Amino acid sequence: MTATDGDRRDGGRADDPNRRHWRFLLLVVLVGTIIVEPLLWFVIRVHMPPGRQTTAAQGDQFDATVLTMMASPVVIAVLAYFTYAMVVWRHPKGAPLVDGPPIRSNLKVQASWLFMTSAIVMGAFVFGTYELIVPAGAGGGEGPSPIWTPTSKTILPVQVIGQQWQWTYRYPTYGGFETTQLVLPDNTWIAFHVTSLDVIHSFWAYQLGVKADANPQVDDVAFTKTQQTGKVTVRCDELCGIWHGAMYNYGYVVSRSSFNSWALRTEKRQAPLTKLLPPFSWTYSPSANGAGGGYYPSSIPFPSSESYGKGASGPEGNLPGVKVSHKGLSGGQ
Amino acid sequence: MSKGARLAVVLVFVAVGMGMIVFGVMTYVRENPPTVDFTTGHRPGAPVHLTIQTVGTIGFGPHPSWVSYLVKAPDGKWVHTTLWKVPAHTTIDVTVLEYDGATPLRNQFYGEVQGVGNTYTVNGRHMSLIKATSTAAGVAHTFSVPHLGINIPLYAVPSSESAHECSSAPCHPASAHQTITFSFNSGGVHEDRWQCFIPCGAGWLDGNGGPMQTIGYMGGFLEVTA
Repeated sequence: MTATDGDRRDGGRADDPNRRHWRFLLLVVLVGTIIVEPLLWFVIRVHMPPGRQTTAAQGDQFDATVLTMMASPVVIAVLAYFTYAMVVWRHPKGAPLVDGPPIRSNLKVQASWLFMTSAIVMGAFVFGTYELIVPAGAGGGEGPSPIWTPTSKTILPVQVIGQQWQWTYRYPTYGGFETTQLVLPDNTWIAFHVTSLDVIHSFWAYQLGVKADANPQVDDVAFTKTQQTGKVTVRCDELCGIWHGAMYNYGYVVSRSSFNSWALRTEKRQAPLTKLLPPFSWTYSPSANGAGGGYYPSSIPFPSSESYGKGASGPEGNLPGVKVSHKGLSGGQ
Repeated sequence: MSKGARLAVVLVFVAVGMGMIVFGVMTYVRENPPTVDFTTGHRPGAPVHLTIQTVGTIGFGPHPSWVSYLVKAPDGKWVHTTLWKVPAHTTIDVTVLEYDGATPLRNQFYGEVQGVGNTYTVNGRHMSLIKATSTAAGVAHTFSVPHLGINIPLYAVPSSESAHECSSAPCHPASAHQTITFSFNSGGVHEDRWQCFIPCGAGWLDGNGGPMQTIGYMGGFLEVTA
């Protein structure tokens, strides 16, 4: 650049030879932003991970799109400036090297920089916090006493049990049967109760936008509402030993009627096994060493369907307005 | 010797030393038990007979007190490994000679036979579910291939017969044992891990360390090839 001392002292007025450079760069950023932002919103957004299979996933997709839209003018400005500097301000081949004018502070530039960076960071902070609250915890594990809960009257509880090295699932409103299959009804609020029988695992149902740590003796609750049928990939996202990488399986979101018939069929088929399982509980208490002979008794009993969700007993007292349909899911939302 | 020559000698020694360290580490990391191959000489369509045994203490090697699996190679010799290669789309008839006592299951869910139809027998008797909540009788180990949906609880030697238990591998059928049989289809070409779901790594965190996390003892790979 070739700004003179006089140019900088007067704040860069009409006689500033750099003005045309800044005007051009500003124009490039504006035009670029006008082109890129609608593309991000109307074209890219629907392809953003993790999809729209649940409200939490759709929320993740929305958040990722908005944050990308917030970042894109900055990226365009940086790229435009670099490109412009490399092309326009390149030192001509063979020209003598001349020291440039001294660089002095510019209050306007400094204030603008501070204002813009603060606005971007605060914007991301406020947006992120809001988005975490509004969609009932955004699919994240909220611990045993969730602060943000759905207002739906019907929520299906599904217990997720991590153990070295496999996920199993219990359905307390269907007799507490246990299975390796994660099957969920479409168009239904789900409360995942995630726990572990040994070390710390992390339940990550990618397409559902749900991720919750599985800690032994902790009932980590995460909510989401299914809104599309399809396949779900479940992975462990916490390094948990030699077979951590193999600790994945697949689940399915199916129609309500398909789910109901699957659940009732599985409940019946698994009845002999269910009798031998410990009574359904939100957590189980492993001994320090299972090889020592310790079994895993219930430590927090599952309340009856009458008290569940009404704040009468157990950790679910912290789920205001939640009432579980005991059998079937024909009820409305 | 010139300064340059001395520098070159030092650099060569450093390079050789680094190379030896890298070689040693990589050799250790890549060290695996042998793979027993059931595909060589296999006649297409014929079932593969896989005979394995589980022992409470292996009795030899770097960890003689560890619990372990062994497999009988096609030549009839017992091999201490958990890496098996079998042909694709083939019926695998498995016989397990189970020589260990009972350990309570952490999760009774693994007391259920899964993924092998009604082929599961214990000493010739069909079973589908084993109660595994005591050390007196129940399940000693499981043979589970999660991605094939297979879970086989291995019925334990009852505590009343502990005096006749085998103390080091390979165990002889004269020792107290249970004979468990089942069959499954190997499916297409793939590689699956298999493991025991009993926390039988006594003395380790949650019973799942030591032999439970070492290839060659209580978990391994089933390599299915064309």
